[in-house]
Amino acid sequence: MADTTKHPDRHPRPLSPFMLGTYYRLQLTSFTSILTRITGNGLIVGTILIVWWMFAMTQGGAYYDLVNGIVHSWPGEVVLTLSLWAVWYHYLAGLRHLWFDAGRGLDLPTAEMLGWGLIVGSFLLTFLTFLVI
Amino acid sequence: MRYITDRKRATGRGSARSGTEHHWYMQASAVGLAFLVPWFVYCVGRALTLPYGDAWYLLMQPYVSIPMGLAVFVGMRHFAKGATMMIEDYTRGTWRKALVIAALSLSYAVTAVGLYALIVITLKA
Repeated sequence: MADTTKHPDRHPRPLSPFMLGTYYRLQLTSFTSILTRITGNGLIVGTILIVWWMFAMTQGGAYYDLVNGIVHSWPGEVVLTLSLWAVWYHYLAGLRHLWFDAGRGLDLPTAEMLGWGLIVGSFLLTFLTFLVI
Repeated sequence: MRYITDRKRATGRGSARSGTEHHWYMQASAVGLAFLVPWFVYCVGRALTLPYGDAWYLLMQPYVSIPMGLAVFVGMRHFAKGATMMIEDYTRGTWRKALVIAALSLSYAVTAVGLYALIVITLKA
């Protein structure tokens, strides 16, 4: 995108406004949409933690013990559990995005139902993962 | 300098055929990740619960390490584009450039370290 801040004679381009809560009533559809972005970007934290842990495996010894200790400490477990929920939420939201992109499911009752599906489904899959592993 | 709007200048010249590139990449990588991520989550979840030696043995299996390497690679490209889009939505100017470069660097660094770890685990049996 062109950077127009260097041209004071022009209006600066608008940023994506934070509309939720301030201008728009929070709705299930908009809430689940912004949560897709938040979970997707937030997943970098859990990814770094896991990749760091795999790297520590290759180093072995005291370094592995240190990193493994951090990963299995309670803050580490909290990050991993939140990441697990985030990955399933983002997964289901991505599938919904593909479905919306195909021009389907956009009528209000279906969109609302899909929103609840994301929330319930993400918790269900998180619980299921704990059962399986 | 012609005093017309950008829109007027562009109208009638056809599409650039590149405007949807980002969206299409996100769609395509999302479909790929839809297959890779559940397996990645399962394998990492299993490995985290196992003792050192057993976790190593699990991660060195080709049916584990190859899809996991793919998931890290495609996942980090997906992240790089998504994070770039978020940064471009909320910031401008020098901050935007700095943050986009940081996001790209971070995703390449995570990819490199992840692939390094998986390769070493596979080869140093």
